[in-house]
Amino acid sequence: MNWTAVATIYKAEMARFWRTFLQSFISPVLSTSLYFVVFGSAIGSRIQEVDGVEYGAFIVPGLVMLSVITQSISNASFGIYFPKFIGNIYEILSAPINFLEVVAGFVGAAATKSLFIGTVILCTASLFVDLSVQHPLAMVAFLVLTCLSFSLMGFIIGIWAGNFEQLQLVPLLVVTPLVFLGGSFYSISMLPPVWQTITLFNPVVYLVSGFRWAFFGQADVPVLLSLCAIGGFTLACVGVIWWIFKTGWRIRA
Amino acid sequence: MAAILSIRDLRKTYDGGFQALKGVSLDIAEGEILALLGPNGAGKTTLISTICGITTATSGSVSVGGFDNVSQFRQARALIGLVPQEITLEPFTKVLDTVTFSRGLFGKPASPALVEDVLRKLSLWEKRDSRIMDLSGGMKRRVLIAKALAHEPRILFLDEPTAGVDVELRKDMWEIVRELKADGVTIILTTHYIEEAEAIADRVGVITGGELLLVEEKEQLMARMGQKQLEVQLTAPVEAIPEALSQHNLQIVNGGGALLYTYDARAERTGITTLLNDVAQAGLVLADVQTRESSLEDIFVGLVSGGPAAKDAAAGDAA
Repeated sequence: MNWTAVATIYKAEMARFWRTFLQSFISPVLSTSLYFVVFGSAIGSRIQEVDGVEYGAFIVPGLVMLSVITQSISNASFGIYFPKFIGNIYEILSAPINFLEVVAGFVGAAATKSLFIGTVILCTASLFVDLSVQHPLAMVAFLVLTCLSFSLMGFIIGIWAGNFEQLQLVPLLVVTPLVFLGGSFYSISMLPPVWQTITLFNPVVYLVSGFRWAFFGQADVPVLLSLCAIGGFTLACVGVIWWIFKTGWRIRA
Repeated sequence: MAAILSIRDLRKTYDGGFQALKGVSLDIAEGEILALLGPNGAGKTTLISTICGITTATSGSVSVGGFDNVSQFRQARALIGLVPQEITLEPFTKVLDTVTFSRGLFGKPASPALVEDVLRKLSLWEKRDSRIMDLSGGMKRRVLIAKALAHEPRILFLDEPTAGVDVELRKDMWEIVRELKADGVTIILTTHYIEEAEAIADRVGVITGGELLLVEEKEQLMARMGQKQLEVQLTAPVEAIPEALSQHNLQIVNGGGALLYTYDARAERTGITTLLNDVAQAGLVLADVQTRESSLEDIFVGLVSGGPAAKDAAAGDAA
């Protein structure tokens, strides 16, 4: 491994994060705080407890996931799309580095950014609601794996995208609905039976459920299944990226 | 001198079926400046991109410093620096940061002293804290060169380094190239400015339609394919070429004030003595005579537009 190159890409990507601090950091923190104010305090005060957990606290894992998933995708997709757009990807393609090193640099930085944002959102949430974490290690594992896997997915989107519109297409049309319908704001046991079954085809359900289990010890689906789902998704993304670099799809003529 | 870059039967066919390279073979000696001349779409950029790993070859091989550019890509690419044709720089980064980034990307440990040296050589040190977006076009081109040199490459590819830049900056670039050669860097530059190749190259390659028509020492090429012209200036203008001079294939120029004679400078007999005798016999009085050599541009145009005959002529002596 060319660790110097990995560190170089990583540092350059992190530098972009700090350069665009307002957009990268304050914006997701602000919007999540607004969710807490509206759903947690205003509407949540009129909703009874869900599975024995106060509604304001119940939505915290889902909200963190919502932010972490969208941030991971947007950071990683932009990170690799931007050099493609301005043309300086030539430097990466002509450098003595392999696909693992490129991915480690870009995805590592994107995952770090979203992990940072997720942590800040958790801290922000603790200002609004009483939070307890029953399984801290599992919580960290789910958070890190989610940041990593969706950064990998974002990287794929960034390579696939041919313009800025396409860059936004998958996050807006696919990911946001999946996250909103993935049990972020409700327990799937609250849904009619048919919808409960349909919901199980939504991969985000497994993430939110596993993450929520780490906090409250309750899950919509078995935790092991959640872990397998996120692990499988991560491997699938790595496989797709390996194929992209092997064939040069959309990056190497 | 040993070849630092060996290209063998390199072919590239794009997905749409366009054949950009049709079996290019070429050896480049360490320390030389090779200019690849060719019109737009000739395959110059594809050739460079394929050597550097940006484009995948359909077939053929490239060896850089003895390393295959596919199976031993790490060693091969480490030897190469690439200055692309387009100005492709992230606008918000600072000069020093982007050059330092390039060095790290090639796996070289940080060396502020070396980066400073590169920036100073390219007159960029004073601009090290400027954002790319605040630099002039010429400065941006220098930054591209600095980025390519940051990892101390032994071979530098300059893809149309002076396309669209003013004359002064072009001459600055040529000076930079000469200094790099003096430092021992092998330079391959593509250009469609003949003047550029003529000014700085040791060897010239002519590429068109994905084929390398020839590669030859610049001086040899000009001597081999160059023609000389003798302009015979007359004291009194003529309206037509006198009968006595008809065998010399002359042209009337300057409104009849001069006769132009084209000859092969390498020929055993140039025919000049006979011509001058015949001019005197025809009763014409010489005011002056001038000779001039055809430029590389004339040779290039002749080769590229000359069709099969020119290609055959080129192939006969191609390196």
